[in-house]
Amino acid sequence: MNPIGLLARLGRLALAVMASFGRVALFALQTASHILRPPYYPRELGVALLNIGWLSLPVVGLTAIFTGGALALQIYAGGARFNAEAVVPQIVAIGMVRELGPVLVGLMIAARVTSSIAAEIATMKVTEQIDALVTLSTHPMKYLTAPRVLAALITVPLLVGIGDIIGIMGGYTVATQNLGFNAAAYLKNTVDFLETRDVVSSLVKGAVFGVIAAVMGCYYGMNSGRGAQGVGRATKGSVEAAAVLILAANFVLTGVFFSI
Amino acid sequence: MIRMENVHKAFGDNRVLQGMNLEVPRGTSMVIIGGSGTGKSVALKCVLGLIKPDSGTIYVDGKDAAGTSDRDAFLARFGMLFQGGALFDSLPVWQNVAFRLLRGSLKRPVDEARAIAIEKLRRVGLKPEVADRFPAELSGGMQKRVGLARAIAAEPEIIFFDEPTTGLDPIMAGVINELIREIVTEMGATAMTITHDMTSVRAIADNVAMLHGGVIQWTGPVSEMDHSGDPYLDQFIHGRAEGPIEAVR
Repeated sequence: MNPIGLLARLGRLALAVMASFGRVALFALQTASHILRPPYYPRELGVALLNIGWLSLPVVGLTAIFTGGALALQIYAGGARFNAEAVVPQIVAIGMVRELGPVLVGLMIAARVTSSIAAEIATMKVTEQIDALVTLSTHPMKYLTAPRVLAALITVPLLVGIGDIIGIMGGYTVATQNLGFNAAAYLKNTVDFLETRDVVSSLVKGAVFGVIAAVMGCYYGMNSGRGAQGVGRATKGSVEAAAVLILAANFVLTGVFFSI
Repeated sequence: MIRMENVHKAFGDNRVLQGMNLEVPRGTSMVIIGGSGTGKSVALKCVLGLIKPDSGTIYVDGKDAAGTSDRDAFLARFGMLFQGGALFDSLPVWQNVAFRLLRGSLKRPVDEARAIAIEKLRRVGLKPEVADRFPAELSGGMQKRVGLARAIAAEPEIIFFDEPTTGLDPIMAGVINELIREIVTEMGATAMTITHDMTSVRAIADNVAMLHGGVIQWTGPVSEMDHSGDPYLDQFIHGRAEGPIEAVR
């Protein structure tokens, strides 16, 4: 291929990527507008709160407890190389609250919630249920997207907070049962070391990741192709996009909160 | 009255509607026939605003449908039975039927909406016990009836039926055809139906329009359909492989 052809292809690719970002951003803005303006659908919000929040608790809890436990073991083993085993409570706390809690919960929500939202809405589109909503004088974004995104905005920070606590408790359990740490000292070190900024950053990350997860699920669902293949592609694409955007947003937010 | 004037719609290179003109007088039942992929569903969806035509104008009672400012009020005049039912899986049958009555400008108290839903289910031949079931628990014929009950729940002035008998056995198709005819007559509604089932056409239609090549090839009263002299219509209603409509083999 000649250099001009290659350049043209790169240009087209760049334009396509920019256009995709623009469409997602516009979709997110429209969603925000529908969240703020009536009519509201409290029943749909209630169902979304239950599905996204309450029913995600088991997977979030299990992910956090195993990660916290493994983190304690790793820090203990790593710290032993330079006689710093005592930092386990502090590092587990900071690692869970600042990074692992929000990121792992975000990724779990992307796997569980984004995929479910995308598959459900894509199926509704394929079976003309979205068209039926319109003919019944109901705006699909107001009825389907707004409650799910609002529910994610409310529940994912809570899930992150719970995940942080369970993760720390996982580290605590391993440290006190297997590594010989004193229980009271472990908890005191954890509480003393954590700052308000750590907790706030964790919850803000949770809110942003929740919005990303729900928006991507809704966006891919609403824009799915036809048939079973269309639903499959929408589901796969939504999870990939949500996961990558969550990790990118985590990098940006970490920079915002903790850059020196 | 619904009037479509020179409506064009293309999807990429596929020019589906190429200047469609059609008039459906108030209180009459128009059936649009034509082969698969000729744009019958697209035409219905253009009237409802689900698909935006590339050009042309659609008038409902003399007003440009695209220029309507109160979309909610505009859509409240319509009811639609979708080909696959398009029932909401997450809602029980009665909430599907009463969907419009539970929210928006036509909102009623829950008890009243449920009573209306059960009455509409009875009207389409379904027992009240069906009301609390979910769509996935119903047979195809029952789902069509629920879809029909939902289409008429708010007593719309205009009802669209998209392939109402597709996928049904001949007896159930006959039941649905009779129901549609009865309901349209008793409500005095304007109806637009799209189908390729000629039994449906004869049971439902006052007028028939044949869509082919993106335009209406022939339109007239159902009584004139059999001796129209139009070779396209003639081939279609007799299901002949030979004729001006190219059959893909």
